[in-house]
Amino acid sequence: MTQHHLANSELGSLDYDPAPESAQIAKLKGAYGLFIDGQFTDPTQHEQFASLNPATEETLVTVAHASAEDVDRAVASARKAYDTVWSKTTGARRAKYLFRIARIIQERSRELAVVETLDNGKPIRESRDVDIPLAAAHFFYYAGWADKLDHAGFGADPRPVGVCGQIIPWNFPLLMAAWKLAPALAAGNTCVLKPAETTPLSALILAEILQQAELPEGVVNIITGDGSTGSALVEHPGVDKIAFTGSTEVGRLIQQRVATTTKRLTLELGGNGANIVFDDAPVDEMIEGIIDGIFFNQGHVCCAGSRLLVQETIADEVLRRLVRRVEQLRVGDPMDKNTDVGAINSAAQLERIKELTAFGESEGATRYTSSCALPDKGYWFAPTVFADVTQSHRIAREEIFGPVLSVLTFRTPEEAVAKANNTNYGLACGVWSEKGSRTLWVAQRLRAGVVWANTYNRFDPTSPFGGVRESGFGREGGRHGLEAYLNV
Amino acid sequence: MSDSHVEVRKTYKLLIDGALARSESGRSYEVTTAAGAFLANVAQGSRKDVRAAVVAARAAQANWWSATAYNRGQVIYRLAEMAESRRAELAEHVALSEGLKPAAAQVTVARAVDRMVWYAGWTDKVAQVLGGANPVAGPFFNFSLPTPSGVVGVVAPQESSLEGFVDCVLAPLCVGNTVVVLASQLRPTPALLVGEMSTTSDFPTGVLNIVTGFTQELTPTLASHEDIDGIDLEGVEGDAADALAKVAAGSIKRVLRPRGRHDDPTSLRRLRAFVETSTVWHTIGQ
Repeated sequence: MTQHHLANSELGSLDYDPAPESAQIAKLKGAYGLFIDGQFTDPTQHEQFASLNPATEETLVTVAHASAEDVDRAVASARKAYDTVWSKTTGARRAKYLFRIARIIQERSRELAVVETLDNGKPIRESRDVDIPLAAAHFFYYAGWADKLDHAGFGADPRPVGVCGQIIPWNFPLLMAAWKLAPALAAGNTCVLKPAETTPLSALILAEILQQAELPEGVVNIITGDGSTGSALVEHPGVDKIAFTGSTEVGRLIQQRVATTTKRLTLELGGNGANIVFDDAPVDEMIEGIIDGIFFNQGHVCCAGSRLLVQETIADEVLRRLVRRVEQLRVGDPMDKNTDVGAINSAAQLERIKELTAFGESEGATRYTSSCALPDKGYWFAPTVFADVTQSHRIAREEIFGPVLSVLTFRTPEEAVAKANNTNYGLACGVWSEKGSRTLWVAQRLRAGVVWANTYNRFDPTSPFGGVRESGFGREGGRHGLEAYLNV
Repeated sequence: MSDSHVEVRKTYKLLIDGALARSESGRSYEVTTAAGAFLANVAQGSRKDVRAAVVAARAAQANWWSATAYNRGQVIYRLAEMAESRRAELAEHVALSEGLKPAAAQVTVARAVDRMVWYAGWTDKVAQVLGGANPVAGPFFNFSLPTPSGVVGVVAPQESSLEGFVDCVLAPLCVGNTVVVLASQLRPTPALLVGEMSTTSDFPTGVLNIVTGFTQELTPTLASHEDIDGIDLEGVEGDAADALAKVAAGSIKRVLRPRGRHDDPTSLRRLRAFVETSTVWHTIGQ
């Protein structure tokens, strides 16, 4: 055991030479307009805002701020495309456009990965290996559904909903765009997509890709802006369906706004996932799984395993190994291919993480923070683990949405389930045990839309994703993901 | 210039285990156009060629099935891309083989390419449509998954040299089977062109094997082969299907009997034909 420990410590001291990806690959233009009716157009108010690189605080490009008038133009374009073209386009033809889009995403994957990392701050390794390939896979998967809707289990000849307003977050910008657009288009809807204020770039590259794919004009409109743009989209009477991914706070407002209309709604909101570790769990895989569950994408993951529930008998050992592993995470330049943890996406998000973690200490939890050096410029937060956390602590109750793990303990499976469910959220949980029957017993009792067993943060276009309770409703991915976009 | 060019005539070969090869028998036969003019020399496969193809298909099956469904979809979609880029050549052969006017042949080729796209999309959806969880009355997690039958022998349609061929071959491939197909005896060249495309579209060797030759000579070997798990008799004409179906019963093969080309194109009959249902019970408890 001692030798094992030493060997790992030596590994932790290994240095890596920088292996930066070139920012030139992004080929960014200086400014981008709104993508309406198949063309990039100037916003009617001529307002622009900057999209920053959160790792350097430098302006990458300026993008257009869509006003209510622009939203109206985009919705009108989507309506016209729906009435005159897309609703009359056969499933087999829609499929072929989606396959084209998937292929072009693959062809431009390197460029997209660089754009995503520059704009979002996530490590290039993640945008290259996760975000972009999954986005392409999503289009491939739903391309295949477009001409098979009769077999999807919603009855014969299911019809689309109409014009969809889709509002996506900043944590997986292109992937979220793919999650929204692919099933909507496969089902025969037209879309107005609003990317997040701090991460609009990959969606604008996607707009170029839609042009390359010769998707009929107006079938997808992409409008950049802030909360006011999203609000105008939600309120627009010409929109038949709203799909929102983001915070529970905003989701609640949106649900109230559409409550008295005939608009359909799906919400994919916050989470506070429990990662439950039993004493018979495979240790090495479990430690890596916990690390990946919370530090993947800087913890900017709605289904992050932010609460570790570890069985009391192994709690000390797990904590010791976790703290050691956290110390080994390479934090810094997101463009470096060796980086594990990149930049926090925005100053505002960094502020929120700092505020909540300050409560962690003041409420009595024990803090372990990586001693890693942080760059001078940009938004950074060193990976942090809190031990001795109780259920009443704010860091255990609220969604931090950052690289911060809270460790709690339990004795029995019943207690693990009770603690895991002691939240208003219900997006995802993890269970670590070699005993399959117990894993399934726990999974049955967890109030969560997704349960991962002996793994965490797995995503696949064939697998439905979404929450219960205040994590939202509706599913994205899989056969189930079609339902939100069919008039069934 | 075309007047002065002396055409280089290609002999069409079998596709076995990823290699385009002559028949081990050394035989070939002349294929003519629908109008009776010489079209090409084509390998005349033997019973031994069929058996070699089955060996290749069996060897390839485990890996083809254990590849992800996404990967199988990509491979089949790649075939559609290859076919799209060679539409003119396919249309020429379909027109000559089936006696169609050029415009009609082009429509047939377009439909065949669309059929490839259709099956490319099925690979990762079959489990969701044909499988599912079963709510058994007890503390068990019980689910059923569609799994491939294994090696499927296909007697491709005699008339529809491309579209029918594509349909009969891709349905079993898409769900994870490997295939030994006897192409149309009188109209084999469109199938062989698809075979050539398959060798440049990421298909692992042995997944798709094409034997050309005399249907009546080769079908009994296919139907009786102990290492073939299922057989599609679409291209068997007349009463011969009855005899072959009986032979196939010798090793309890799954048999798809000929039904002509009037199937609903959205029917899942072909997809379901060579799929097994595998059910797993797992206990639930502390």
